[in-house]
Order: sequence, then structure tokens, then C-alpha cells
Amino acid sequence: MKLSYKWVKEYLDLNIPAKDLAEKIERTAVEVDSVVTPSDSLKKIVVGKVLSMENHPDSDHLHVCQVDVGEEEPLQIVCGAPNVAEDQKVIVALPGSRIGGNVKIKRSKMRGVVSNGMICGLDEIGISKDLVPKEWADGIYVFEDDAKIGDDVYSYLGLDDPVIDLDVTPNRGDMLSVMGSLHELAAIYDKPLTIEQPKVEEAGSAIENDIQAEADPTLAPVYKLRVVKGVTVKPSPAWLQVRLWTSGIRPINNIVDVTNYILLKYGQPLHAFDRGKINGNIKVRTATEGETIVTLDEEERELKDTDIVIADNDKPIAIAGVMGGLNSEIDDDTTDVAIESAIFDSIKIRKTARRLVLHSEASQRFERGINYDTVQDAVDEAAALMVELGGGTVDKGTVSASDTERELPVVNTSSSRINKVLGTNLTSDEIQAIFNRLGFDSKQSGDEFVVTIPARRWDISIPADLNEEIARIYGYDNLPATLPTGRTAVGALTARQKRERALRHSLEGLGLTQAISYSLTTAEKAKMYMTRDSFETKLSFPMTQDHAALRMNLMSGLVDDVAYNKAHKVSDVALYEFGRVFFKDDADQVRPSEVAHVAAVLTGNFTDRNWDQKAKPVDFYLVKGIVDHLISNLGILGQVTYVANSDIKEMHPGRTADILIGGKKVGFVGQVHPKIQKQFKINDTYGFELDFDLLDHLPQVESQYQSISKYPAVTRDIAVEVNDEVTNTAIEDIISKRGGAYLKSIELFDVYNGDNIADGRKSMAYSLTFNNPNDTLKDEEVNETFEKIKKHLTDELSAEIR
Amino acid sequence: MSLKDELTQIRDEGLEQISHTDDLKELNDIRVHLLGKKGPITTALRSIKELPVEERPGVGSYANEIRDDLTNGLTARKEQLEDAKLEAQLESEQIDVTLPAAPVVQGQPHVIQQIIDEVVDLFLGMGYQVLTGPEVEEEKYNFEMMNLPKDHPARDMQDTFYITNDILMRTQTSPMQARTLEKHNFEEGPLKMISPGIVYRRDTDDPTHSHQFHQIEGLVIDKNITMADLKGTLVTMTHEIFGDKFDIRLRPSFFPFTEPSVEVDVTCFNCMGKGCDVCKHTGWIEVLGAGMVHPNVLNMAGVDSETYGGFAFGLGPDRFAMLKYGVDDIRDFYLDDVRFLNQFVKRGI
Repeated sequence: MKLSYKWVKEYLDLNIPAKDLAEKIERTAVEVDSVVTPSDSLKKIVVGKVLSMENHPDSDHLHVCQVDVGEEEPLQIVCGAPNVAEDQKVIVALPGSRIGGNVKIKRSKMRGVVSNGMICGLDEIGISKDLVPKEWADGIYVFEDDAKIGDDVYSYLGLDDPVIDLDVTPNRGDMLSVMGSLHELAAIYDKPLTIEQPKVEEAGSAIENDIQAEADPTLAPVYKLRVVKGVTVKPSPAWLQVRLWTSGIRPINNIVDVTNYILLKYGQPLHAFDRGKINGNIKVRTATEGETIVTLDEEERELKDTDIVIADNDKPIAIAGVMGGLNSEIDDDTTDVAIESAIFDSIKIRKTARRLVLHSEASQRFERGINYDTVQDAVDEAAALMVELGGGTVDKGTVSASDTERELPVVNTSSSRINKVLGTNLTSDEIQAIFNRLGFDSKQSGDEFVVTIPARRWDISIPADLNEEIARIYGYDNLPATLPTGRTAVGALTARQKRERALRHSLEGLGLTQAISYSLTTAEKAKMYMTRDSFETKLSFPMTQDHAALRMNLMSGLVDDVAYNKAHKVSDVALYEFGRVFFKDDADQVRPSEVAHVAAVLTGNFTDRNWDQKAKPVDFYLVKGIVDHLISNLGILGQVTYVANSDIKEMHPGRTADILIGGKKVGFVGQVHPKIQKQFKINDTYGFELDFDLLDHLPQVESQYQSISKYPAVTRDIAVEVNDEVTNTAIEDIISKRGGAYLKSIELFDVYNGDNIADGRKSMAYSLTFNNPNDTLKDEEVNETFEKIKKHLTDELSAEIR
Repeated sequence: MSLKDELTQIRDEGLEQISHTDDLKELNDIRVHLLGKKGPITTALRSIKELPVEERPGVGSYANEIRDDLTNGLTARKEQLEDAKLEAQLESEQIDVTLPAAPVVQGQPHVIQQIIDEVVDLFLGMGYQVLTGPEVEEEKYNFEMMNLPKDHPARDMQDTFYITNDILMRTQTSPMQARTLEKHNFEEGPLKMISPGIVYRRDTDDPTHSHQFHQIEGLVIDKNITMADLKGTLVTMTHEIFGDKFDIRLRPSFFPFTEPSVEVDVTCFNCMGKGCDVCKHTGWIEVLGAGMVHPNVLNMAGVDSETYGGFAFGLGPDRFAMLKYGVDDIRDFYLDDVRFLNQFVKRGI
């Protein structure tokens, strides 16, 4: 809502700079988007009179004008506007002036003829093209005769009027009008406000003889019509045009301009029909499904049976509250006008406007609410103003097809209640003074208040609403700042939240940076890297296919990240993400279960090349080491094992393993499938994905402390030659099974398949550590165990012990 | 030559030898030679018994004196030589300390995570618990129970990704208000909670809009919670997160689930309140929404609004991060460009 400060000042005695006023409005009522005084960016633009005009010697459309600008000598200005003529008073940008778009005008020559400035059209001095009336759209603007030669043009054109653009919240529809804003400002500044009732002279015949109307009060709780006959349609006088374009509305003609003027002033949308084009009487009804109407913007609209229309005897003539019909439009030949002033069902208007994408000044106000008190005033003033500007007479009376009485809400509250919520110590008198400023009628008895809310503040109905009124008028700046007192509560992270943090910190310590990618992805990516079976969850109306389904894995987002980095020439990436994935166990499940996963991707070099060491490229075993550390840092009980898995389609079949803890599968680790790498244009990329919910439910290590043995440990090395397909795990399983109680650790320290080893064979060298916590181990004990291990390795794996 | 003179000569020659050697091993050989069992002093002492009885004590004590002199000389020289050796070693071990460090890996938390952790920690300290809720939410919690009935115009303010008619991607963390209000037992104490999480809006991604972003919801309900408490809490948070120089102001606003509702502005980061393009010359930047919980929200969740009341607030960590670090494109938070992420080094804990 663009609020003209000049308009405000006609009613309220305010002497506050516009910027300060805006700040006050912002702190007390609604947000202010901007405060603009157009003349602030204009300079040296004055009223001039064209004394004489000759054709330019070298041009068929330029004129050489002598223009009186109130100086001793007239200025010679070359002008190309088609409508320039002698004796016109026009906008002159003097040499050295600044016009719209921050353009500077200098003395110049046009095709050899000196031009001392420029005669301007409205759009050239900063009035938006959309707001320039049709009659001035293709040429220069001509002042009414009372404009004084040599004056600055700004006040004539409203350019010196600070316009405060209010960003009105949905609850404050009352401020979408000058009247509503006046009441608000009167309350803020504690100023008296007098608004006169409009007077209309009804010189015509009784309206019932001209037109009748019927309206379903559920569609239109209030529906009124007045008729003005014998008007002349023509452009509005300058004062009205200026007021409209200042408020962001383009002037059309005197009849339409009056309706818009009233809309701005009262917040009451009006519609003017050409009475002559209405066949018979008016009915407010719902449209029949598929019925069509061509609206004022010349678009044909197909209607639904939930839309409200204004119809005559045989056709819709307007979409109620949204836009009028072309078939009943005011045109230059219109003489009789029917003015509609109504309140329509706000929800229906909103739905229609939304469906047709027709958000008009009118629909916006019907959606947010209309003041029941001024429906009649608005149509009265409109009728009177039409006659004033276009002649003719107003019919006697108003047609009231519906006129629902709305009872004023009465709210009971008390000073103690208000103070208890706000944390203030306001006296009952101070509170009542605020109600008075707001123009709310309040009855005070002791602590208690009975407050009657005027119709113009339909947003207020409960005590909490009054708390807000008191708080904002009293001033949020004046509220004390305290902290909650009374009963205390303990603030602590839950065990799970602590583990989440431990997980994140652990991964960061291991060199991975946290990523956050999108949960909504393509249907295809949503189901890559699956760790379990699940049905997919899709949005019903996605905006793009890129974000159409809920992810069931984190890997695909991270692989996207790798691709993004690669495309930006970053080839070393180590990222992890902790986030939710969405699973459905059956197709009918409406709400997916949300499972916390943690995943990581690594590609390129883990550590860079340095002057004294080589780069360390990422490989399977590095990522596996990160997984090992992560699980160990989380203090999870149970042995971690890795089992080769070639079934995840998007992972390398020979370089991927399931991760099991105590035999329970918790995720996978491996290399992204080369064909996926190719598809995403990325280098070799490794990663893992773990189900954090599962990890969180696994038994935790109670205490990680074990006393250090006082007795020396014994270490024995063993080299085992086996066939290539024998895994490390197979060997370690046998060693640990046969290693007895004193075997403390098995460490693989070499894998060799070079010289002296037959093809298809490899040598694996392990270092075994034995320790008895209670006694010194004897050589014989260790030897005995060692022999047992050798025997089983030989028997079970055809191993040769070297 | 008398024995005494002999001893004097041994000392003088010995000290001469000691002072001339530069080698620790040689010094040791000298020590063995002079003081050993076969050394001249031992030999000299043995011949004491050949002296007249009355001379013996004098010579004996002189011999001991000589031995002490030699021992001291040896020790001093040894220290000297060891010091010199160490010095030579240190000299040879000198490195160019300006050569680059060896690479050590260290990851970083995401900048938004850092902000969330910071806010969460602050409120933990003030006795809040941390609760998280579903991202795929029932319409009932996301809208209805937040006092946004069907056809409420404010639903337009947050266009929604629907999955079915009743299930949607939550547009705000506010449904956690309804969820916790339903469950909380007020006999056990006040409800003080903070709920960080991801929310979704049906928006086209551009520098200032993202279809996915974060929110942190806060809620305090008890018998005597005031709007002044809300103001104090927000002042505390602002000082903690942004610094003591930052001030706040409350402005009236509208949220269906709070009454009164306020927007909270913080002193502009760019100009510290003087007015600049970033703050549209107001000196203030909007950072969060808040208000006193609407009685309908309490009543719908089964909490008696006549007895209990309090405040709620919601803030956007994405916006906080943008303001705090001057990030001008919200999409940067979700592209995971390593060069972007690694700039936000977490300082201490």
C-alpha cells in the first residue's frame, strides 16, 4: 500500500519528517518497504509556456519552440512530441537539470538547431510508464491553466509527496486504506482525527425504478448499488490523476478513477458498470461450472461453480471482487453508471483470484477484510464525486440486496492480565489511555476492562489481541528485558544427541568436512546406493524434476558434491554428511520413516604432495580406516567385520564391502562404480554410508579401561603362503580361534607375491602378540599355541608356513 | 727429587696434558693413566712408607691435594668438551624452520551446523532441552495446530511441498511446538525447548531463496512467562552470537501462532546501525520472528491457556550465517564447494 503523506496531512496535523514517520510506523504497526520522495532525485524542472512553435528546418517531426520559463528571455527548445502546441503549459527541464533515471539535461544542438533544455513527458521525469494516463502516454504532459510559469513542477505532479510503501501483514487489512492508516497514525501520535460523513445529493428518480438486485448473504454479506445518470466520461482533473499515480494506480477516466480513489481512501473496492449494458437486473450468484466471461483485461476466463459472479438477466458481467467484465465496461459513451459497493466471502475471492492468477487491488482487500462501517459511505462519496467530475444526477436511494449486520466484538480483559503477559507495570489509567488513542470504547471497573472493538479493526477478538495493541502503542522499546524466573529446568543433550556430536567431531578429526546436500532429489538418485529395500516417497506437485523425490541415501548427494567440485577444478574432496533418509516399508505407507544416516565421499589426494613427502591418494583401505576409527570412537561394542558385497549397483563390485558389527549389517564402504564415475564425470571416488539409528542402538562399551599387564608380552611373527583367493579375514579367524586366551593382537605387516612365490599364491606375514595379565608367559606355552595355529592354517587353508 | 716435588711435577704435567686434549676418549685415557691403580699418584703414595714416619702425614695429605686438583681439572675439561660437542651437534642439526609444514588433515563442521551448535549450546546453558521432529510432517501439526486453519491467507506465505493431502514437507519447525506441548507434563516443570531442523518451501532457488533451509524453534511455557522475558532472552542470544555491541528492536508483525507477534531486528552488521545499502538505510536487519504463544495453539494441544502461557521464537541459521559472514547467495550452503566450506574454520569449542 503506497501511502501519500500529503493525503495523510489533509486529515492529521503531523509535522514529522517522512523518514521518521516511516520508522515510527515500522516500530508500531507494519513494516515499511520504502519512503520515496521522487523530487529528491530531480533538479531544475519547471513549468514553461510554449510561446511559439516552428517546424525544424531539417526534420519532418521536430519543432523549434520558444518557451517562457519565467526568465527574462524565452528559451529555444527543440521538441519532437506530436502533441506539442502553442500556448500549452508544459514540463521544461532546464539546462543543468536532472530528470528521471538520473539523466542530466544540457544545452545541446539537435540537427543543427540549439536546444536549451527539454520539454518532458511524465515518464521522462520519473513517473512509471504504467502509471501515465493514456492521454499523456505518447507525448508531453500539459498542465491545467492555473499552473504558474517558472514554478517547480513537483507540487503540481505530486512528485514532492513522500510516498510511504507499507508492507501490510495479513492481519492488518485495515491499513490497506488511507482511512485505516489515519486511525493508526492518530493512535500512534495521540492526535485527534475527525472524518466527515460524505454527503450525496439525490436529484434523480427512485433507484428501484432503474435497477434491482438480489444477493445470497453467504456469498455477499453486504451488496449495495447506487446509480448515477447522465454523466460525461472524460479524463479526470489533475488533482485526482496525481493522487492516483502517486498511490500507484493508473488514471483511466473520471468514473473508473473515482472508484479507485474510493478504494484507496476507504479500502472499499467499488465497481462501476455501464447501466446501459446491463440487461435487466443484477444477481450475485455462483458461476455455473464452465461458464465463461471476458474480463477487462480482454482475457476469456472459464469459471468454476465456486466462483462468485455478478450477473444480469442472462450473463455474468463481473467476477465478484476480482475483475469486471468487458461486456459492462465504462467507455467514452457511457452515460448511466451503476456503482457496486459490497463485501464478498473472502475465502471464495481468494481462491478465485489464486486460480485465475488475478490479484487485483480489489481482490487483495476483499481477501484481507472490509470495514462494514463504510460500505455505504464509500458508495455515497463515489456517487457525489462522479457527479462533481462528470455531471449528471444521483438516483434517490441505494439498492441493498444484502446488508448483514455485524455485531461489534466485546473483549473482557484486565490490567493484571495485560501486565502479567507483557511483564509491565501499567496502571489501569495508562491502559485506558491507550484504548482511547486507538478509538476503542472501554469500560473500566477497578482492574477489569470491557472493550468494544470498532468494525474497522476486524483483526481483534480476544484478550491476546488487546495485549498486542497495548504493547505496540506503549512501545516494544519500553518493554523491560528480563529472563524467565520461577521453576527451573535442566538443559542437557540426550545420550543420542551427544553421540551425534561425537560422530561429527570424530569425522572432522579424521579429516572430513561436513556437507549438507538436498533431501529432495531426482527420482533416480533417490534410490541409488540402497542399503535396504524401500518404497519411494515422491512429492505430489514438484516444482522441478531435480527435487521430486525424498532421498533414500546420502551417497548420491555427496557424489553430486564431488561432481560439482570436479567441475570447478577441485579434485581433492573429503566430505561427510549426517542427515535423514526416508524409507517406506510398503507402498501404502503414507508417511516414510526418517532414519539418520552418515555417509562420506573421498576422492583425489587425502594429503597433498609436499617438499619431503609424496601425496597420499585416497584408496579403499584409507576409507576403511576412517570407518574403523569412527566406529571405535563411538565406543560401540562388538567386532567390526567387512564382507565383500558386489550387489550394490552403483558401487564397484570388487571393491565394496558390507560393514558388520557383531554380525549386524550397519552399512557399506567401497568405491563408486566406474560407470557411475564416468556418468558423473568424476575421478575414482570412495565412500561409505552407515545407518546411524542402528549404530545408536548397538550396545556401547561400558568402560574402556583395562589395567595394563605388569608382565612382558611375547611377539612372534608368522608368514603364511596361501592361494590368492584366501582372505585376510579367513586367516585371522583361524589364528584368533586357535590363539588361546593369551593372544592379544594380530597385525598383518606384509603382503607379498613377488619372486619365490608361485603364481596364484601370496605370502601374508603377521605379527602375533601374546600376554598373560597374571604371570610371565613361558616359551613352551607360546610355542604350543603357535604350533596349533600353524597346523590349522596348513590343514584348513592349504597354507605353507614360511 | 723429593716425593713432594715429584707429586708437584705429576700434577703440573697432568694438568698440561688435560688442557691440551680435545677428545673425550683421550681425556678418559688421561684420567685412567693419572688416577688409575698403575698411575703415578698411586705409585707415589705407595712409596710414602719409605719416608720417615714424621714426614708421612704431610706428604700424604699433599698427595690427596694433588689428586683433587687433577680430578677437578679432568671434570672441568670434560664438561668443556661435552659442551663443545653438543654445540657442534646442534649446529649440524639446524633446519630451515620456514620450510612448509607437513600436511595434516582436519575437517570442519558446516557453517550452518556451527551456528546451530552455538545457538543450541547457549540455550542448553539456559536450561532448555533439545528436541527434533519429523521433516515429513502431518498437515495437522504443520498448520492446523499452529492456528492456520485451511483457507487461512497466511498459508499463502509459505508455499508447501505436499506428498498427499495430509502429509507434507514441513514448512517450519513450529510444528514442534504443538508436538511438545501435547506431550509435556507441566507438573514436572516448565517447558523450555529448542528445536533445530531442516524445513522446506515451494520456492525457486535463487540467491535469497532456497527450497530447503534450516530453522531453530524455541518455546518456553510456564505459569509466569512474560513478553519481557522474550525480549531478555533474545537480547542475551544476540549478545552471545553476534557480540555485545549488537542491539535488538522488536517490531509488530503477524504469525498465526503467536499474539502479540514481533519481528526482531539486530543492529546492521555492515554499518553498525549508521545506515547502509545492506540494511536499506534503516540501521537494522531482520533476523527472527517471535511472539507470545497464541491461546488457540495452547488449547488445541490440550494446555490450559488460562493457566499457562509463554513465548516462542524461530530463527534461520542460514540467514544468520549469511549475515554473520557476508555470504550473498544462500545456494552456496548446499553446493558443498570444498573451497567454500573450508573457509569457516571452527574456533575452539
